[in-house]
Amino acid sequence: MEWTRYIDPLLQGCWVTIELTVYSTILGTLLAFGAGMGKLSHNPLIKALSVTYIEVFRGTSLLVQLFWLYFALPLLGELIGLDLRFHPVTVGVLALGLNIGAYGAEVVRGAVQSVPRTQYEAAKALNFTRTQTLWRIALPQALPEMMPPFGNLAVQNLKDTALVSLISLGDLAFRAEQLRNLTQDSTTIYTMVLFMYFGMALVLAALMGLLERHVGRWRHRRR
Amino acid sequence: MNEPIIRCEGVVKRFGELTVLDHLDFTVDPGEKVTIIGPSGSGKSTVLRVLMTLERINEGVVYVDGEPLWHEQGAKGLEPASEAHLRKMRQKMGMVFQHFNLFPHMTVLRNLTEAPRYVLGLSPREARQRAEELLELVGLSDKAEAFPSQLSGGQQQRVAIARALAMRPKIMLFDEPTSALDPELVGEVLRVIRSLAEEHELTMLLVTHEMDFARRISDRVCFFDQGRILEQGPPEEIFSSPKEQRTREFLHAVLHPEE
Amino acid sequence: MLFGIEWDTSTSWAFAWSILPILLRGMVVTIQASLLGFFVALGLGLLLASLKGVPLKIIAWPAAFITEFLRDTPLLIQLFFLYYVLPDYGIVLPAFLTGALALGVQYSAYTAEVYRAGIQAVPRGQKEAARALNLSERLTFIHVILPQAVVRIVPAMGNYLVSIMKDVPVLSVVTVLEMLNVAKIIGDRTFNYLIPLTMVGALYLLLTLVAAWGVRVLDTRLPKRGIPLK
Ligand SMILES: Nc1ncnc2c1ncn2[C@@H]1O[C@H](COP(=O)(O)OP(=O)(O)O)[C@@H](O)[C@H]1O
Ligand SMILES: [Mg+2]
Repeated sequence: MEWTRYIDPLLQGCWVTIELTVYSTILGTLLAFGAGMGKLSHNPLIKALSVTYIEVFRGTSLLVQLFWLYFALPLLGELIGLDLRFHPVTVGVLALGLNIGAYGAEVVRGAVQSVPRTQYEAAKALNFTRTQTLWRIALPQALPEMMPPFGNLAVQNLKDTALVSLISLGDLAFRAEQLRNLTQDSTTIYTMVLFMYFGMALVLAALMGLLERHVGRWRHRRR
Repeated sequence: MNEPIIRCEGVVKRFGELTVLDHLDFTVDPGEKVTIIGPSGSGKSTVLRVLMTLERINEGVVYVDGEPLWHEQGAKGLEPASEAHLRKMRQKMGMVFQHFNLFPHMTVLRNLTEAPRYVLGLSPREARQRAEELLELVGLSDKAEAFPSQLSGGQQQRVAIARALAMRPKIMLFDEPTSALDPELVGEVLRVIRSLAEEHELTMLLVTHEMDFARRISDRVCFFDQGRILEQGPPEEIFSSPKEQRTREFLHAVLHPEE
Repeated sequence: MLFGIEWDTSTSWAFAWSILPILLRGMVVTIQASLLGFFVALGLGLLLASLKGVPLKIIAWPAAFITEFLRDTPLLIQLFFLYYVLPDYGIVLPAFLTGALALGVQYSAYTAEVYRAGIQAVPRGQKEAARALNLSERLTFIHVILPQAVVRIVPAMGNYLVSIMKDVPVLSVVTVLEMLNVAKIIGDRTFNYLIPLTMVGALYLLLTLVAAWGVRVLDTRLPKRGIPLK
C-alpha cells in the first residue's frame, strides 16, 4: 500500500502543528484577557493601546501579519538598529497568537460586559475596588460565557497554523506539500491531511468542551 | 443629644426629567431602626442607593457619621468626593438587595470571606472564623460549601445579610429584603433581621411592605411620597392614627388589598 | 515593474507612492475574489443547510458531516486539494477560479449555519400562528418565516464577507495576484518588504473598516420586524 508510507512524515508534521497550536493558543489567551480587560479599563492609555491592538489585528489578514513579521520586521529592526530577526517558529507562534488574541479580546470584553449590573453593585456595596471587581467578580462569571466562542477560536487557530508552512515551518501542511512534490500523489496525500486536521479539530473541540464544563461547574449545580 | 449618623439636607436626585428625590430632608440617629414605607416609585430604593453610593445626587448634601458622603471638605468649601473618600465612607454601610445579588460563582463561605479578605485585609483564618460565626447567626452553618444556586431564596437572602455584616458596617440598608421571596420563606429572613434589630449599636434602614414586622421592630416609620417624607413618627402613631390622607390611603391599600 | 507600472526607489516616499497603484490593482483582485467566493459560499451554504434540514437521515447526516468537515479543515489544504486534485480528474480551472471556489467551499460551512440559525431564531409561535390562519407550509415559510429570518441572516453574512476578504491572501500560494502577493513580489524584487507589506496592512485596515461600516449601515437600515418579500 502506497499511502502507509506517507503516515510517518505526516505524523511528524502533525506534531509540529499541535505544538504551534498549543503555544499560540496560550499566547492568544493571555493577550485576549489582557487586551479584553484593557479595553474596559478607565486608564485612557491602556484602553487606547488595547483598542489599537484589537483593531489592527482583527482588521488585517493573518497572512499579511505573518509575512510582515517574517519579512518586514527584520528590515524595520535594521532601520532602528535592533536585531528583530526571529526563528520561524517564534514568528509563527507570535503571528498566530497575536491574531487569535485580538479576536479573543472581543470575546472577553463581551462576556465581561454581559455580567449583570447588579453584580457590580453588590461588589461596590462590599467596597471592592474597580480592579478587584473586574478580576474577582466579573471575570470568573464571564468565563463560562466565553468558552463556546473560545472553543471556536481554538479550532480556528489550529486551522490557521497551516499558514506557517508558507514561512517554511515543517508543520503538517508543509510535509504534505513536500510529499506532493516528491510523489505527485496529490489525491491520497491531501485526503489524508484533511482527515488528520479534522481529527485534531475534533479532539481539540472535545477538550475545550471539557474545559467549558469545568469552568462552569457552579452553573450546573442545582438544588 | 447625639449627632445624627445620617443627615440628608435638601437632597435632589433626578433621572433625566424625572425628579425622584425632591429636596429630601431626613435624619437618622445612631442605633435607630427606621422603616421606610410608601408607594412604588416614591424613591425608597433611591434613598438607600444614594447612601450606598450606587447613585450620585444632583443637589444637596448627605452627611454620614459626621462627614459629607458625596463631598469632601476642600480648601474652598465642599468639593465632589474622590473615589478614595467614597471608599472610606462605604466602609460604614452594608446593603441587602431585593434580589440577594450573591456571587453565583463562589461558595457561600467565599461569598462571606472574599470582601473581608481582599477589602479589609483580614487573614484567611480570621475571615473564615468571622464567616462561620455569621453563618451560625443566620442558621446556615451547614451550607458553607454550597453554591448560591443550590439554596432557596430565603437561604440566599440570609447569606446576603451575613455577607453584608461580615464587613462590620455601622449602618445596614435593607431594600425590600423579602419582596422576591415565596411567602413561606419570608419568616426565616424576617427572624434574622429582627435578631439584628436587637443590637443597640447597629443603625438600620429598612424598606419593606411587611407592615406588622415594621411595627414591631422600628423606632420610627417614614412614609415616602413623591421623593419626600410626607409623614413620620413612632410606628403606633403612623399605623394607628396617620395624619395625612395619602398615608391612610396607602396603608389601607396595603393592609386590605382586596377592597 | 509589475502590471506595466514601474517603481521609483529613489526615496521611501517615492517608492511608496509609485507602488500604490500596483497594490490597488492587487486590491481589485482581492475584492473580486472575495465577492465571487462569497456568492459561492451563499449558494453552497444554502444547499448544505437545506440538505441538513431534510427529514431523511440518509441525506441529512452526510450533509451535516460534510459541513462539519469543511468547517474543521484549513482553507489552505482545501485550496491545495482543489488545485492539485481537480486536474487529475480532468477539471482544469484558472487559479483565480480555483481560489474563489476554495473560499466558497470553506465558508459554505459557516453560511449554512447562518441560514439554520436565522430560521430557527424566528419564534415558534409565529409558525403556529400562521398555521392557525390556515396558511400552507410553503406560504408560511415564504411570507412569515423568511422575512423575519432575513434580517438576522444579512448582517451575519456581511460579517463573513469581511472574513473572506481577510482570507484572500491565502490564494497567493496558487499564484493569484491579490494584494499580498503583489506586495511580496515587489519585496522580492526590491529587497524592500517593509514598505509594501506595511502598506498592504494599512490598505487592509481601510478595506475592512469600510466593509464593516457597510455591514453596520445595512444592519441599521433593515427593518427589525422583517422584510416583506413583495
Ligand atoms: N436608573 C434609573 N433610570 C431611570 N429612572 C429610574 C432609575 N432608577 C429608578 N428610576 C425611577 O425612579 C423612580 C423611583 O425609583 P425607586 O427609588 O426605585 O422607587 P421605589 O423603590 O420607591 O419603588 C421610579 O419612577 C423609577 O422608575
Ligand atoms: Mg424599590
